[in-house]
Amino acid sequence: MIKQRPLWGLLAEFASPDELLAAARRVRGAGYHRIDACVPFPVEGLTEALGFRRTWLPLLVLAGALFGAAGAYFMQWYAMGIWYPLNVGGRPLNSWPLFIPITFELAVLVGGLTAALGMLALNQLPMPYHPLFNVPRFARATQDRFFLAVDSRDPRFDRAATAELLRSVGAAEVSEVAR
Amino acid sequence: MSTPSAPPPVLAAPHTYTSITDKIAGIVLTRGARRGWLLGFAIGLALFTLLGVAVTALLYVGIGIWGVNIPVAWGFAIANFVWWIGIGHAGTLISAILLLLRQEWRQSINRFAEAMTIFAVMCAGIFPLLHLGRPQFFYWLTPYPNTMSLWPQFRSPLVWDVFAVSTYFTISLLFWYVGLIPDLATLRDRSQSRIGRVVYGVFALGWRGSARHWQRYEVAYLLLAGLATPLVVSVHTVVSFDFAVAQLPGWHSTIFPPYFVAGAIFSGFAMVLTLAIPLRAAYGLHDLITERHLQNMAKILLVTGLIVAYGYFIEAFMAWYSGNPFERYVLWNRLTGPYRYGFWGMLLFNVALPQLLWLQRVRRSAVALFVIAVCVNIGMWLERFVIVVESLHRDFLPSSWGMYYPTFWDWATLFGSFGIFLTFFFLFIRFIPMISIAEMRMLLEEERGEAAA
Amino acid sequence: MTDLDAVRARLAAARGEQYWRTLEEVADSAAFEELLAREMPAAAVQWLDPMRRRSFLKLMAAALALGGLGGCGERPSEPIVPYVRTPEGVIPGRPLYFATAMPSAGGFGLGLLVESHLGRPIKVEGNPRHPASLGATDAHAQASVLTLYDPERLQAVTFAGAIRTWADFLGAARAALGAQRAQRGAGLRLLTETVTSPTLGAQLRAVLEQYPDARWHQWEPSRADAVRAGALAAFGDDVRPIHHLAAADVIVALDADFLGCGPAHLAEVREFAARRRPGQPMNRLYVAESGLTPTGAKADHRLGLRAAAVAPLARALAAAVGVPGATAPHADQLPARWVEAVARDLRRHRGRSLVVAGETQTAEVQALAHLTNVALGNVGHTVSYVPAVEVRSEDQLASLKTLVDDMAAGRVEVLVVLGGDPAFNAPADVPFAEAMGRVPLRIHLSLYGNDTAARSHWVVPAAHYLESWSDVRAFDGTVTVVQPLIAPLYGGKSAHELLAVLGEGATQAGYDIVRARWQAERRGADFDDAWRSWLEAGVVPGTASATRYVLPRRAPAPSQADGQEGLEVVFRPDPAVHDGRFASNAWLQELPRPLSRLTWGNAVHVAPTTAAHLGLRAEQVVELALRGRTVRAPVVVAAGQAEGSVTVHFGYGGRGPFHEHGFNAYAIRPSDALWSGWGLEMRPTGARSPLARTQHHQRMEGRDIVRAFPAGHEPPRATPEPAAAEPSLYPEWSYAGYRWGMAIDLSACVGCNACVVACQAENNIPVVGKREVLRGREMHWIRIDTYFTGDPAAPGTYFMPVPCMHCENAPCELVCPVEATVHGAEGLNEMVYNRCVGTRYCSNNCPYKVRRFNFFEYSRWNAESLRLLYNPDVTVRSRGVMEKCTYCVQRIVQTRIAAEKEGRRIRDGEVVTACQQACPAEAIVFGDLNDEESRVRLLKTEGRNYALLEELNTRPRTTYLAALSNPNPELA
Repeated sequence: MIKQRPLWGLLAEFASPDELLAAARRVRGAGYHRIDACVPFPVEGLTEALGFRRTWLPLLVLAGALFGAAGAYFMQWYAMGIWYPLNVGGRPLNSWPLFIPITFELAVLVGGLTAALGMLALNQLPMPYHPLFNVPRFARATQDRFFLAVDSRDPRFDRAATAELLRSVGAAEVSEVAR
Repeated sequence: MSTPSAPPPVLAAPHTYTSITDKIAGIVLTRGARRGWLLGFAIGLALFTLLGVAVTALLYVGIGIWGVNIPVAWGFAIANFVWWIGIGHAGTLISAILLLLRQEWRQSINRFAEAMTIFAVMCAGIFPLLHLGRPQFFYWLTPYPNTMSLWPQFRSPLVWDVFAVSTYFTISLLFWYVGLIPDLATLRDRSQSRIGRVVYGVFALGWRGSARHWQRYEVAYLLLAGLATPLVVSVHTVVSFDFAVAQLPGWHSTIFPPYFVAGAIFSGFAMVLTLAIPLRAAYGLHDLITERHLQNMAKILLVTGLIVAYGYFIEAFMAWYSGNPFERYVLWNRLTGPYRYGFWGMLLFNVALPQLLWLQRVRRSAVALFVIAVCVNIGMWLERFVIVVESLHRDFLPSSWGMYYPTFWDWATLFGSFGIFLTFFFLFIRFIPMISIAEMRMLLEEERGEAAA
Repeated sequence: MTDLDAVRARLAAARGEQYWRTLEEVADSAAFEELLAREMPAAAVQWLDPMRRRSFLKLMAAALALGGLGGCGERPSEPIVPYVRTPEGVIPGRPLYFATAMPSAGGFGLGLLVESHLGRPIKVEGNPRHPASLGATDAHAQASVLTLYDPERLQAVTFAGAIRTWADFLGAARAALGAQRAQRGAGLRLLTETVTSPTLGAQLRAVLEQYPDARWHQWEPSRADAVRAGALAAFGDDVRPIHHLAAADVIVALDADFLGCGPAHLAEVREFAARRRPGQPMNRLYVAESGLTPTGAKADHRLGLRAAAVAPLARALAAAVGVPGATAPHADQLPARWVEAVARDLRRHRGRSLVVAGETQTAEVQALAHLTNVALGNVGHTVSYVPAVEVRSEDQLASLKTLVDDMAAGRVEVLVVLGGDPAFNAPADVPFAEAMGRVPLRIHLSLYGNDTAARSHWVVPAAHYLESWSDVRAFDGTVTVVQPLIAPLYGGKSAHELLAVLGEGATQAGYDIVRARWQAERRGADFDDAWRSWLEAGVVPGTASATRYVLPRRAPAPSQADGQEGLEVVFRPDPAVHDGRFASNAWLQELPRPLSRLTWGNAVHVAPTTAAHLGLRAEQVVELALRGRTVRAPVVVAAGQAEGSVTVHFGYGGRGPFHEHGFNAYAIRPSDALWSGWGLEMRPTGARSPLARTQHHQRMEGRDIVRAFPAGHEPPRATPEPAAAEPSLYPEWSYAGYRWGMAIDLSACVGCNACVVACQAENNIPVVGKREVLRGREMHWIRIDTYFTGDPAAPGTYFMPVPCMHCENAPCELVCPVEATVHGAEGLNEMVYNRCVGTRYCSNNCPYKVRRFNFFEYSRWNAESLRLLYNPDVTVRSRGVMEKCTYCVQRIVQTRIAAEKEGRRIRDGEVVTACQQACPAEAIVFGDLNDEESRVRLLKTEGRNYALLEELNTRPRTTYLAALSNPNPELA
């Protein structure tokens, strides 16, 4: 039945982080690139094992913070000095020391929003549906099991051979993932 | 696994990923509610109703139903605001600063500490609105040319408050939610009921624990922590500006920002203890919230308490040393004036009592800690009362000196605000894992690593 | 609104025929119910709402609507004449000023200019051409406009409480009078307050001619018979002194509060204050008095003395200056050193000194004061004498007693009480109320439903002085024709109109009566022009009395001091509600009494030592027992009160609105001790009654608040005011056009409170009621801070009027989150009411605490009655909004518009703030600081000029001129 339906890839299940790490290294060593792991908590060294590149989220956040700060100061300077200049308590129109708190707060606000939303965006979340959810056992990926997924679009992917490889690296269970 | 000399462990009972997940998720995913929970929730709702009545009366009849007057134009409302905001700070501190400091013991308390932050900020947030003479126009403080093409007056600390508090709330909420996503996924995958799967599923945003996601997730989480850390310091600094920027004797003081921040953390940790100790007992979490946690928090309580005491001392010293007759009188009035009991009570609860924490026996006893924590909470509220009312009621010109007497509605609004807090907090412990499961798994992994090594 | 109009229309119609029976009939129930429903918010919230007074205002609204607003804004039918020639007809928005006069206590007239907007009198100012005013006013005059609109006033003729018509009354009255005419009026008695009105006098005489056996009596509780007796004793002639303080270098006040009250106090304050400033030789004031008064507060040397000890003092002084027949008493209670020093000072200033005897003192003291002045050669220089201005000067107490005896004996058949409230304020041992009960027909003309009205058959609503024609004499005899500004709101009648009925029996308009009287006196073709000019000027030329030459007699023999056991009690009219006539006036009720700063009630003033001795504390309720009569009253521990002497204010406790806030001192005021007497007992009760005082702390705590110097010791004249007090990092804001500023002279201010009420009237400042005052929420924009220094038994006393300081570096502005208070182009600290959200942060950051907040909907801006009273140029503030002194910005704007039309700058003295205009002492000066010649600019260069709390660098536009004193080196 599964045979008829197009395949997304293969999913191998491991009992412990260490097994997963070892397996990941081996599979990647075997030249696979379109692989991913699904784990209940971030496992140390996993990203290296899977050969992921560093994310440029931090730069994004820095930009956001700077934008927030600049925008905040401009807003205050413009509103108090240009838009509607008023003599308030004999203070100068551009009372810069008094504009600093808001400048700082907005830097943090925009920076923070960038961090959270940026993370979701780069992760393409929310993503209500993903083929992996078709595998019943996959529910434990958010609990106590460690999975390694191989995408069928990987040039070296071969239904039988890849499954064999996965078993050989110690997968407790290998299941096919329908698209 | 630990020798008596070593500090008690962060994780008491031997746990596996499965057992931890079962235990924490279990609290949420059981059917029905415990009697204790129902009782607490009922109390929360009752107080919430009281607040509703008080606010209705306020909006209908006017701010005059409170005890405020000239000269004491700010009363309970502002004291409550500062107090609640202060409470919040411990949450952010635990989740952000201790994260950056790699304090592993934070991981079993940060979740509900953060929740506490959010609910406390909500409570705080209502007061600046309610205390307005014309609350319906609160939006005139928001940054756009709202009426008569006027923007808010950005030199006013009250406008800074608007930005600081709203930023603080937003960032805390994001931080909390981002931290929640993996656990929501866990609940989604464990929930027996369809509703549970759908609701948790929606909020889990389709999290599947992909290593790629975890990578960016951890970066984002760290960045948020990095941003929240200066933020938490800035928020109470800005709050302290409400007073420090004014030229009123007893307010106009450069010690305020640091001493407010310390006070905030002080009261915050007191509140964490006030919540943690009963929770731990009620849900049998002694293996996850261990003696270690209580003791560390007790130590922080002691340290911040000392900083606050130092703040009091310097304030008094400066009043004398400055030679400013007005400042001197404010000090004298605090010591001997009509509100002296508030001041002495503050010293007793915030300075004298915490000194017991030097004794390990006290630090070890959950009951003693609970009592002290509650007293500190009261003491910190008294501090805000002392600052707000006692400075205002006798300022520069003796001719305008007056007294402030809280009315029934002042008290109703104060206790009513607990309604918001309790209601939301009980909903939280019922429907959201009060301890971060994912982080506990991580903790377990590290412990395993250490054990192996 | 619509049904309100309907009601009004019906009323107008009904009024037209002078005929309507019951209120319900007028306002058909539906409309009426709805109206009330709207005017009185849901009773559900009453319990939340602590402000009792609001219910009063709601009543006002409803009641006035019933009373028939149809008449409001209607100008009297007779031609009344504007003070200055203005374009014919009324220009909306442009007020007209009419000269008139207010008959104040004692019957003396105070000349006024009344501001009228579209026919609505909303504000009174003093008439500069009137000798008693000289442009100034007192608190009572300022507050009188509120009484005009007060719906608590009687609104219909009633018989035994049931509403009747004027016609009904005429019928009854004529019938009764017919019977009297038959028996030459043997059973007819008229009772009035002190009468100075020539017209009324003429009418009374006419009535007495018609009814030869009828009697006319006078009674006024605050009128002192001893003044007359003293003059007779000293000169054998019924004369009154007129003081020329301008010429007096040394003034000795014997229990005389000539700055606080008295027929000429405004003029005397003006002259006194003029000589308390640098520039001309300063006068020296000695005061000996029992209770601290504004006069005592301004004294260079004050002697706290029991009222009974003043006579020996007067005698000692008289003896010392060589009054024939005066021998120094062996008065051990007198400080010899003080007496000798004062006597020397008097002798040193022969012809340039003045001894003033308090009206409440005995005839002996009055006489001795007169004779001392004669002996010092002061007559003709610092004091002159004129015949009494009353139509009939008499011993009013005796007059009242005869009337009461007649009534008790049943000799009186018709009693007509014109004004006053004798049933309430007669001496305790003169049973007027009871005796009155025996009179078959009792008629009372009254503004309010007072005790006398309650005991009368016919009660006729009296017309307010702003509603009726009359004439009145000032202290020096000068006559003012009182012209109305508005038709009677409640169909009130004047005494003239009522007397006309008693006389010829025909109804006559007040206008005709008054005009006829004068036409009779001043015949001539040009009478119409003359009449018009009198109305315009507010004074009738040539009516001031000629001074009388007096022949001194020997000093009277010392009266035997009666047994002086127990406490001494001193009776005084309440500074605000006087003898009770102003009790229904909310502005005066809420006016902080001088020195005690007490509002909404009266109290027993006890010396600190006496209080300590009796173990009394403030606000404690004591039982006062005198001659077997008792009354319960709260205690005020009063600085400067003479030990063993207790001051009690009468005027409260009668019938009518707000009387219940105080206790009735008349209940223990015996005829043998109308002003002071011995044998008072004070028994503490357990009870406590909170006193609504607006200043709880009257010490300066060693702070630099009020500065005072002995004359000549003040700092040297400063160079024109420095640009910036402190070096500043911030650039200066420049004010190119006008730069408004104010200077307040603490040396001149006598704490009379006129400015406070003037400000309230000008700026639509609401009244908040006793409970709100108790909570510290009074709304006055200017307050008279009162500080005591030194020994509370003999304190130094300072008044400090505090309005908004309009700081250059306004702390309030900096902290306002919504720009609701900002600086204007002319340097005013402006309040933008409609932008205010009510954070109250500005008030917290105001070191002067001059900002006021509307904690509730204090201003019933939707109340019909107050709409009429409100100044149309000033916003009425609503709930949740901050407010404060604006430097009367509306007046500045009006003047600027006028000036710009003429294409010129505003001249100095052209803009006059309400407080400045009312001030009799000219203590407040306002003007443009950019104008080199402006008075305010010059004052600010005086050495004694200083800014309050200047160390805060708020740089106030309002600065103070330090108080100067002129102590006698011998006593220093």
